[in-house]
Amino acid sequence: MDFLRPASWEEALAAKAEHPTAVPIAGGTDVMVEINFDHRRPEALLDLNRIGELREWEVGEETVRLGACVPYTRIIESLRAELPGLALAAHTVGSPQIRNRGSVGGNLGAASPAGDSHPALLAAGAEVEAVSVRGTRMIPVEEFYTGVKRNCLEADELIRAVHIRKADGPQQFSKVGTRNAMVIAVCAFGVALHPETRTVRTGIGSAAPTPIRATAAEEFLNSALEEAGLWDSGQIIPPAVARQFAELVSGAANPIDDVRGSAAYRRHALGVMARRTLGWTWEEFRGNERSARCA
Amino acid sequence: MGATRTPSNITQGSKAKGGIGESTLRPDGTLKVTGEFAYSSDMWHEDMLWGFTLRSPHAHAEIKSIDTSQALAQAGVYAVLTYDDLPTDVKNYGLEIQDTPVLAHGRVRHHGEPVALVAADHPETARRAAAKIKVEYVPLPVVHDEASALAEDAPLLHPGRDDHHAGHVPHPNIVHRQPIHRGDVAAARARADVIVSGEYEVGMQDQAFLGPESGLAVPGEDGGVDLYIATQWLHSDLRQIAPVLGLPPEKVRMTLSGVGGAFGGREDLSMQIHACLLALRTNKPVKIVYNRFESFFGHVHRHPAKLWYEHGATRDGKLTHMKCRIVLDGGAYASASPAVVGNASSLSVGPYVIDDVEIEAVALYTNNPPCGAMRGFGAVQACFAYEAQMDKLAAELGLDPVEFRQLNAMSQGTVMPTGQVVDSPAPVAELLRRVKAMPLPPEKQWETAGESADVRALPGGLSNTTHGEGVVRGIGYAVGIKNVGFSEGFDDYSTARVRLEVINGEPVAIVHTAMAEVGQGGVTVHAQIARTELGVTQVTIHPADTQVGSAGSTSASRQTYVTGGAVKHTCEAVREKVLELGRARFGSYHPAWATAELLLESGKVVTDGGEVLADLVDVLEGEAIDLELEWRHRPTEPFDLRTGQGNGHVQYSFAAHRAVVEVDTDLGLVKVVELACAQDVGKALNPLSVVGQIQGGTTQGLGLAVMEEIVVSPEAKVRNPSFTDYLIPTILDTPTIPVDVLELADEHAPYGLRGIGEAPTLSSTPAVVAAIRAATGLALKRVPVRPEHLTGT
Repeated sequence: MDFLRPASWEEALAAKAEHPTAVPIAGGTDVMVEINFDHRRPEALLDLNRIGELREWEVGEETVRLGACVPYTRIIESLRAELPGLALAAHTVGSPQIRNRGSVGGNLGAASPAGDSHPALLAAGAEVEAVSVRGTRMIPVEEFYTGVKRNCLEADELIRAVHIRKADGPQQFSKVGTRNAMVIAVCAFGVALHPETRTVRTGIGSAAPTPIRATAAEEFLNSALEEAGLWDSGQIIPPAVARQFAELVSGAANPIDDVRGSAAYRRHALGVMARRTLGWTWEEFRGNERSARCA
Repeated sequence: MGATRTPSNITQGSKAKGGIGESTLRPDGTLKVTGEFAYSSDMWHEDMLWGFTLRSPHAHAEIKSIDTSQALAQAGVYAVLTYDDLPTDVKNYGLEIQDTPVLAHGRVRHHGEPVALVAADHPETARRAAAKIKVEYVPLPVVHDEASALAEDAPLLHPGRDDHHAGHVPHPNIVHRQPIHRGDVAAARARADVIVSGEYEVGMQDQAFLGPESGLAVPGEDGGVDLYIATQWLHSDLRQIAPVLGLPPEKVRMTLSGVGGAFGGREDLSMQIHACLLALRTNKPVKIVYNRFESFFGHVHRHPAKLWYEHGATRDGKLTHMKCRIVLDGGAYASASPAVVGNASSLSVGPYVIDDVEIEAVALYTNNPPCGAMRGFGAVQACFAYEAQMDKLAAELGLDPVEFRQLNAMSQGTVMPTGQVVDSPAPVAELLRRVKAMPLPPEKQWETAGESADVRALPGGLSNTTHGEGVVRGIGYAVGIKNVGFSEGFDDYSTARVRLEVINGEPVAIVHTAMAEVGQGGVTVHAQIARTELGVTQVTIHPADTQVGSAGSTSASRQTYVTGGAVKHTCEAVREKVLELGRARFGSYHPAWATAELLLESGKVVTDGGEVLADLVDVLEGEAIDLELEWRHRPTEPFDLRTGQGNGHVQYSFAAHRAVVEVDTDLGLVKVVELACAQDVGKALNPLSVVGQIQGGTTQGLGLAVMEEIVVSPEAKVRNPSFTDYLIPTILDTPTIPVDVLELADEHAPYGLRGIGEAPTLSSTPAVVAAIRAATGLALKRVPVRPEHLTGT
C-alpha cells in the first residue's frame, strides 16, 4: 500500500489525479477501522493531514464554509450558533477521542447512511465543494449521496469544504441508538426551520440506502404552516398537523431489518423523533418571536 | 443480625498496617489508568514471528481438502500448520471433556473454528498467507436449537461419545442433564391458591474483556517452551497444552502476563497451543494477538438459555412448589457446560424456601458458538427467570414484591433442593430490607435551572431523543444466590509459597502463587494477608507462574477464599517456624516464649498481652523460612444423577438490587438511573476492592438487561463480532451504584469471608427488567430488552 503525503492542496489534487484509487484519509476514524478489519485494502492512502487549510472554516453572510477536515469537536465548540443542527449531530459522534479526529468531510467521503452529520446537512441546506485538477464544482448535498456508502465524487475529485447555510431559525437533531452514548445510529432525524423562506427542511439517516430528505413531509408541513398563517401568528402547530408530518417522515424511510434494529422500529422511531423535534424547534421559534416582539 | 458497616468504615480487623480490612491501593491501578501497564498483547521478543489463525467461515461443514502450498510459498512465511502437523496422538483438548480439536479435522462445527495456523515475520504477511490457504468445504445441515438438536435425523455433533456424561444423557446432542427432585410436587401443587408459569429467554452475552487473547511462546534450548500468557488458570492450561505438544509438563513453563479482564472467557484455551506449536516448529519466538473481531470467535460466551418455570403459592403468600426446565445452548464443544448445568439446576430455586421441586437442566451440543464460563455461570440465567416469577406471583397475590420475597426468603439452616443445608449466614430478607431502605434518587434529574433539559440524564443521552416526553420511571427489585468455589466433588485446592527473610535489615515476605490476577485484586489481598499474618510491612508478590503449585482458577468467586486461604495457611506455618526458631534461640531468656500465645506484629514477636519478646530480624538471623503448602476448603460431593441430591457446593453468596429506571415509552429507550446493591461479603478484606467488584458485577448485569447480546443467525453465524454492534455500557449508561456491605462471618471460611465477584451480576439483570416492567406494564420475557420489545415493533 502506498502512503501519499501531499504538502499542499495542489499536490493533493495532483496525487489524486495520478492515483484515482487512492483513498483520502484525515482523522482515520472510518478508513482505519475498515483497514484494520480487512474490509478494505486500498492501493494507496492519500493523507490530508499536512494541509492546514482543510481544518479551517469561514463564517460568511449566508453560509459557513467548513473545511473538509474540521474536527467535530471544533464544530461543537465554535459553530453552535451558526450550525446548531450540525453541532447537535456532532455531539452524538463516537467518543471524545473520535470527535477530536473525525470530520464532516470524512462523513461525506464514506457516505454511510448511518453517518451522523448527513441529516443535519440535509436539513440545514448544504453544498459540497468537490475539486479536482480539472476544476471545482458545487454539489447540493441531497444529490451527493448515490447509494450505500457511495457518493457522486469522480475518481480524481477531493472534498475541499462543505458550504452550509447558516441557521436562520431553530434546528434540531435526534438519533436513536441502543445505548446512551458512543453508538451508531439505528436511525436519525434532523429538522431545520427556515423562517426567512418560511420553509422547513428535514434529513433522515440510517433508514434508507442513502441519507434522504422527507420531501413529502416538508411540502405538507410548509403548506400547512402557510395556510394556517402560523409563521406570522406564532401559534402552536395543531396536533393533527404534527402527527401527519410525523407519519410522512416515517413513510419517507425505506429501512431494512438488521442487527441494529428492525425496519418497523426504525419507521416508528422516525415518526416519534419527527414529532418531538418539530415541537422543540417550533417552541423555540415561538419563543424567539415573542421576545422579538417584546424588544 | 450482626453489626453492619458501610464501606467507608469497615477498616478494622488487623493491627498490621496495610493488613486485611484496609483499602490498600492496588499496585496495578495507576499503571492501568495511565496506560503504562504491560498487557500480554504488548510483549515483544527479538526475532519473533507472528502467528495467525485461519478460521472457518461455515458453522458446519465437511473439510474435503486443505492446500497450503501457496501460503508456504509466500516470502516471510515460516510455517503453515494444519491438523496433519500435530505432533502427537493427542489432538483435542477441553476443560472437562476433551472434545475440542486443536485444529479442525475433516469437519468444522462452528463459525470461526480454527482450521490452520501461519507463522510469518509480520502480522500482515501472516494474514495474507492465511488467505492463500485453500480449504474445500462442503456445508452440512446446521443444528441451532433444541428442536433441531434433538430431531430424529439430527446430525450428531460428536458421534461415538465416550465421555463420562455420554452414558446418562437422553440424546448424544445433550452434553449433560441434571434433574433434581425433592418433596412431593403434586401434593404441594394441590395446596396452591395461585399458580404462575412463564417462559423466559436469555440471550448470548459475551465477557467483552478489553484485552484480547494474546501470548508469546518462546522455544527453549531443552526442546521445551516458555509461554507468557493471559489466562485464568495457568495449571489448567498446562494440563491441556503439554499432551498436545508431546512434552512433559515441566518442559512447558508458563508465566502469567498482563491480563486485560477475563470474566470466565479465559478459562478455555484460545491461542496457547497454537503459539507453542508454531514456536516449536519454527524454533523462533511466536506471538499471537487476536484483534477484536477474532476475539469474538476466540473464546466461549455465556450460555443463551430458554427457561420454563411454574410456581405455586398460598393466598397468604407462601410458596408451595416449583417446577422448572432450563435448556442451555452449549454450542459446538463442551467447555464448561456440564458444570454450568450443575449450577443452573442446583441454584434454579433461587434464595427461597421451597420444599417441593422438580428441576431439570440440560446443555445442548449445537453448531452455535461454544459457550462456557461467564461471571454468574448458570445462576445468571436462572435468576432472571425465577425473579420474574416472584414479581408475577406477588402481583397475582396483590402483595408487595419485596415483602413477598422476604416471606419466602431462605436463611441459615434452609435446606436446598439438593438436600444441602445452608450452614452459614444467608441474610436474604435483610439484604432486601436494606436495599429497599436506601433513599430513592430524585425525580426528573434532567430538569435544569435553565430552560433546556440535560439530555445526559435522560434515556437516549446525548443522542437527544427526548426532553422528558414519554419518560416514565419504574422501580424493580431482585435477589440472587450464587455458589462460591468449584462444586460437585472437585478437588478445588490452592497452593501458596511464602518465604520470610531479612533483606537490608528488614523482614520481607515473598508470596508466590500461580493465581491469575485478572483485575480482581488478588495480588493486593495476598500482600494484605501476609502483612496481617507475619507482622511485616514489606511484602513482595512473586510473578505468577507454573514453578509453584496450582492456585486453581480465578473464577467462581473463589480466589480470595481459596488462594487467599492458602496464603493465610502458609503464612501461619511460616509463623510457627519463626516461633520455633525464636524459642530455640531466645526461649531461655523469657518464660513467655513457652507459656504465652505469641504473635508477629510490626516486625516483632509479641505476646498476646503486647509484650515484645524479640525482633524478627534477630530471630531469623540470616535464615530464610520458605514453605510451599496446599490448602483445601471443605470437600463437596457430586449431585446424584437421578435425584440431584448431594452436598455439592462450598459456600453460597447473596446480593440484592433495587433498580430505578426511566423509560422513554415512545422510543423504547432506557436510562438506568440508579442500581442500589446490598451484599453480604462475610468479611471485606479490602473494602474498596469489594465495592469495585460489586459495582462492576452490577454494571455487567445491566449490560445483559438492556444491550449485550451476540446475535447468531439461524445459520449459526455470528452477526455482530465487533464493539460497534456488540454494545457494552459506557459511563453514561452506568448509573450511580450505592452499595451497602454486610459482613456476617462464615465460620468455615478464612477470616469469615464470602466470595463476592459473581453475586451482583445475578440480581442486577432481573432488577433492571423488573423496573422496566414497572414503567411500561409489559411482560418482557427476554433479555436483553430491546427497543423493539418496548414499542411493539
